[in-house]
Amino acid sequence: MNKLNHTKYRILKDILARNVMLGLTIFSLLLAVIIGIGLYIKSAPILHDHSLWSLISSSSWRPFKGEFGFLPFIMGTLWVTLIAIVIALPLCLLSGIYLSEYAHPFVKRIVDPMIDILAGIPPVVYGVWGALVVVPFIGDVVAPHFVEYSSGYSVLSGGIVLAIMIIPLIISILTEIFAAIPKELRDASLSVGATKWQTIKFVIIRKSTPGIIAAVVLAISRAFGETIAVLMVCGNISQVPHSVFDSGYPLPALIANNYGEMMSLPLYDSALMLAALILFVIILIFNTISRIVLVRIERRFAL
Amino acid sequence: MKTMKYPTEENYYDEVLTIVNDKNKKTMPSSNSNAPHISVRNLNVYIQRNHILKNINLDIPNKSITCIIGPSGCGKTTLLKTFNRLLERSNEIKITGEVLVDGENIHDPHIDITHIRKKMGLLSQRPCPLPMSIYDNIAYGPKIHGTRNRKQLDAIVEKYLNAAGLWDEVKDRLHAPANRLSIGQQQRLCLARGLAVEPEVILGDEATSALDPISSKKIEELFVQLKEEYSIALVTHTLRQAQRIADYIVFMYLGEVVEAGPAAEVFNNPKEKLTREYLSGYFS
Repeated sequence: MNKLNHTKYRILKDILARNVMLGLTIFSLLLAVIIGIGLYIKSAPILHDHSLWSLISSSSWRPFKGEFGFLPFIMGTLWVTLIAIVIALPLCLLSGIYLSEYAHPFVKRIVDPMIDILAGIPPVVYGVWGALVVVPFIGDVVAPHFVEYSSGYSVLSGGIVLAIMIIPLIISILTEIFAAIPKELRDASLSVGATKWQTIKFVIIRKSTPGIIAAVVLAISRAFGETIAVLMVCGNISQVPHSVFDSGYPLPALIANNYGEMMSLPLYDSALMLAALILFVIILIFNTISRIVLVRIERRFAL
Repeated sequence: MKTMKYPTEENYYDEVLTIVNDKNKKTMPSSNSNAPHISVRNLNVYIQRNHILKNINLDIPNKSITCIIGPSGCGKTTLLKTFNRLLERSNEIKITGEVLVDGENIHDPHIDITHIRKKMGLLSQRPCPLPMSIYDNIAYGPKIHGTRNRKQLDAIVEKYLNAAGLWDEVKDRLHAPANRLSIGQQQRLCLARGLAVEPEVILGDEATSALDPISSKKIEELFVQLKEEYSIALVTHTLRQAQRIADYIVFMYLGEVVEAGPAAEVFNNPKEKLTREYLSGYFS
């Protein structure tokens, strides 16, 4: 009898544990929905006055006159992120390959923790460093070759700083992806007389394409949202950048710079909330698309 | 330390030669075919300072099946992997002694390693199709070695899929991903992929152990067909497989070659006590 009770108690505990964990999981998923809804409610006033299309297609940002055009900020975000990924991806791919395929284990033992340290440096430090080193370098050394004048505070500086920030992230994901590829696959390629480079080019990279895409998606998501470091080197002028040497003003910088100030202006806080919502939606759409692409690739090549 | 008997034992060596010669009279009259295809001389291998292979002396005869048998951890696979120099991809490997393939020392620092590996088709324990289509799996090797002509590649793919007995099963879906094939088909695909670079030797590392009985029988039959043209060295865990297909047996124990000789001789009349015990299932 006693034993029966004990069994019942154990089963009850099992059910309870399961449901508690289910509840917590649902809660954390709901957070995203709650944030989305919250942002929508807060930005409703401005959406009521202006159409969404006119807001995101206009490039005139004059809060005092009640003009809120988000195009410069959206373009600023896209420029900076694109530059960052264009710089970071080839570099990361090649160093990831070097570390996992060529490097002596001793080298790997030293480099791996260093990459982790790089990933752990606070963004504001990158920002300061960018403002002190990258901005003057772009303004005084690089830009004069291409354009008449650039202060150096540009989307290119933002992209470079951002690239440096996401490089450790991508490298550490990539090395793990390459390490997960079975040794037999490399042996199979080598044993028909392929060189190491041929094996990497035709087999390793192919096999890890979904992983590489996932790493890039993660890095881009991070880059979209990066605020402080980019804010410190981008110039923050509300214009649509026409070259990499133009100043830009990414969405997160807009929000961080202006939130809490000038709240007396009509619709201003609502506009900032809309900026946050736009950022939220960009990341959502981007993630969804990349998820679909990933599934397609995996199915197409049965990787 | 036991020293290897058979290179010095003249009667066996003569027998090897006569059998090989008889075979060659029928199939391929090649001038150097009566030399052993792979000769191992005083081979020692250390992995992380552990002495894994101890003073191995061995000949892998031309155009026949040599089965390397022995209990787990005796160094069979290590030995096989020194033949195409895949072993040294691991860390802290030290190799002394010689492995001669067609009289060339494969550990010669001046040698082109891809050339050595091309000569040796490797069939691993688990089939390992490359992440590409069936067609591209076979065409992979020839492409790497410079065949670009589409028609030539088509012909190569058909020829070697046929050689591996897979053509009829896959000819309508050559461009489907290779890992959609069943595991037995995958293993035959891997065999075809190895054959497509025209190797001289086929190395099998327990090539049937992951397969179902029917697939594994097919692979065995293929080996028996292929020995007409290739020298085949197989590591196997199953004594019965060795009994079915081996022409020569190499028995290894704890990193040493205990006994080596023609299959009939080793199975029916083993010279060493260890061999006898292993064959009778005393340990495995």
